Amino acid sequence: MSGQAPAPVPTDVAWARRRRALAAFWRDYRANPAGLYGLAALLLFGLVALTAPLYLGPQQLSVIHADGPVLAPPSWEYPLGTDNFGRSMLDLLIWGSRMSLAVGLLATFVSVALGALVGIVAGHFGGWSATVMMRITDWFLVLPNLVLAIALATVLSRSVATVVLAIGLTAWPTTARLVRAQTLAVEARPYIERARALGGGHAHIMVRHVLPNVMPLVLAQTTLLVATSIVAESTLAFLGLGDPTVVSWGGTLQQARAAGAVSSGVWWYLVPPGLAIAAVALSFTLCGRAIENVLNPRLREAR
Amino acid sequence: MAQETTTRPPAPADARGGGFGGTGRYLAGRLASAAASLLAVIVSAFFLFRVLPGDPVRAMTHGRAVSREQLEALRAEYGLDQPLWRQFADYLFGMLSGDFGTSYQYRVPVTELIAQRLAPTLLLVGTATLIAAALGLWLGTRAAWYRGGVGDRVNTGVALTLWSVPTFWLGLLLIVVFASGAGPLPSGLFPTGGMISPQAPDGIGAALDVLHHMVLPVTTFVAVVYAQYLMVMRSSLLDEMGSDYLVTARAKGLRDDLVRRRHAVRNALLPTVTLIFVNLGQVVAGTILVETVFSWPGLGSLFYEALGVPDLPMVQAMFVFFSASVILMNLIADLLYPLLDPRVGR
Repeated sequence: MSGQAPAPVPTDVAWARRRRALAAFWRDYRANPAGLYGLAALLLFGLVALTAPLYLGPQQLSVIHADGPVLAPPSWEYPLGTDNFGRSMLDLLIWGSRMSLAVGLLATFVSVALGALVGIVAGHFGGWSATVMMRITDWFLVLPNLVLAIALATVLSRSVATVVLAIGLTAWPTTARLVRAQTLAVEARPYIERARALGGGHAHIMVRHVLPNVMPLVLAQTTLLVATSIVAESTLAFLGLGDPTVVSWGGTLQQARAAGAVSSGVWWYLVPPGLAIAAVALSFTLCGRAIENVLNPRLREAR
Repeated sequence: MAQETTTRPPAPADARGGGFGGTGRYLAGRLASAAASLLAVIVSAFFLFRVLPGDPVRAMTHGRAVSREQLEALRAEYGLDQPLWRQFADYLFGMLSGDFGTSYQYRVPVTELIAQRLAPTLLLVGTATLIAAALGLWLGTRAAWYRGGVGDRVNTGVALTLWSVPTFWLGLLLIVVFASGAGPLPSGLFPTGGMISPQAPDGIGAALDVLHHMVLPVTTFVAVVYAQYLMVMRSSLLDEMGSDYLVTARAKGLRDDLVRRRHAVRNALLPTVTLIFVNLGQVVAGTILVETVFSWPGLGSLFYEALGVPDLPMVQAMFVFFSASVILMNLIADLLYPLLDPRVGR
C-alpha cells in the first residue's frame, strides 16, 4: 500500500499497483470459506432486491388490491403463506429486502462518512479542537445506541430518511475512533513529511495521502456496521418508529405482532422476515470478518 | 459490532502519572469526565425532547373534548406556559436535586414510577447478564484454546448467528414455540408474558411463579448477549496465546490446564471484563426489547409505553436514567482497571 519508487508514467504504475493489490486481496479473501458464503449470499440478496420491481408492483403489495386468502398457511400458490391482508408472504419478503438493504447501506454510509471526517480531521490537526471532537465522540459512545436512535426517530417525522439518520447518527463514534487512531499512525510515516515538504496543504494530505491509507481498515468496520444497521432498522420498525407505508422486514414483524400472530401461532407470518434479517446480517458479518482477517496480519497469524 | 472497536485503553495520558498522586489524579480525571458526560446528557435530553411532535397537553387528555380554559390550566400546572429558558432552569435544578418531573400519563412523580419498575428490571437483567457472562467467558476460553477445532467452529458459528438475530424476533419465536401452543409443544408450557400470574400463591409459590415467567425472557437475553462476550473473550485470549510467558509456563512443566487458568485466562480477562462494563449500552437496548416483547413490568416496557403517548417527562427521565447507568458502569470499569491491571494509573 505504501508509496513505491516513482516511475515514468505515474498513473499507469499506480493502476498496475492497485490491480496487484486487489488481486492479492482477493487471493487472501478466497482462503476464507465463511467469507465466500457470506459474499455469495449477499450477491443473491442484492440481485433479488434489484430485480424485484420487474415482477412485483403495487398490485401484489397493496393492502387494498391483495386478493389472496387471509392468513393462509404455505401452499403451492403461496409458498410462504399469506398475511392478514391476503398478501403473499414471499412477495413481502422479496420487497422488504429492498428497504432493509437500502437503509442498512445508507445508514452505514452516513455513519462512516461522518466518522471518517471527524476521525481524519481530529487526527490530522490535533490540538484542542481534536480534544473537543474526541470528547464529543466519547460522549456519543457512552449513550446507549438504541435509546438515542429511538429518541431521534421519535423526535423527527416518520420517514425512511429519519430512520437512516437515527441509525447513522448513533453509529459513527466507533468509526471516528478507529479512523483517528489509523490517521495518527499514517501521519507518522515519512511520506507524509515528504508531501508536506513538497508544499502539500492540509486538504491535499488528508484527501490524497491519509484517506486512501485509512480506507481499507474502515472497509472491514463498514461491512460489520451494515449488519448492525440492518438489525437496528428492523428494531426501529418493530417498535413502530419506521415509515408505516413502506414494506420492510421489521415492519412486517410489527404487523404480525399487531395482528396477533404470536399468540395464535401463525409462524409463517413471523419466521421468514426474521430469518431474512438474520441471514443478511450474518452474511455482512462474515464478509466483514473475512476482510478484517485479510487486512489485519495479526489476526491471520493467530488463526 | 462494538466488540473490536470499543477496546480503548483507559487514559493513556495518565498511564505514567509518576509516583506521587498518580492514582489520585487518574481517579479524579475519571470522576470529572463522568460528571461532565452526565451533565451533557441532562442538558441534551431537555433540548432533544422539547422538539417532540404533538402537543403533550392534548396527549394528556387522550383526545377527550376539553375546553380551552382546562388546557390552559393543565399547561400552567406542568409549567408548559413558561418561556423555554425558564422551563430549562426549572428542569436543570429539578434534575440535580433528584426531581425528575411528573408523568403526564400517571400523574405521579417519575422517580416513583422508576423506583417501582427498577426491581423487576434488575432481576431480569442481573440474572441474564450473570448467566451470559459466565457462559460467554467459559465458551470463549474453550473456543480460543482449542482454536480451529470442531468446538471452536461450532461455538463461533452459533455465536455469530445469534448475534445477527434481532433480539425481539428471537423473543417472539420463543413465545410461538414454547407458549402459544403452535407446533408440537403443548400450549402454556411457559407464560407468554408478564412477571407473575394473578392467581399465584404467596411465599415460595410466588417465587417459583416468577421464576417460571423469567425463563423465556432470560433465555432471549442470554442468547443475544453471551455471543458478544464469547467473541471478545476468544479474541483477547487468542491475543495472549502467542505470548512468551506461556512458553515459559509450559517449559516449567505446568499442565495445560494450569497454563490456561493461571496464566493465559487471567491476562485475557482484563480487556473482557472492561468490555462487559463498557458495552452495557447494549444491555439497555436488550432490556427495552425483551421487556416489550414479554410485557415484563420493568423500566424497558415503561420506556416503550411512555414513547407511545408521548409522556415527555417520563421519556426524558428514562433517557437520562439509562445514559446515567451506562456512564456509571463505564466509571466503575475505569476505576476497576487500575486494580486489575497494575500498569494503569500508577
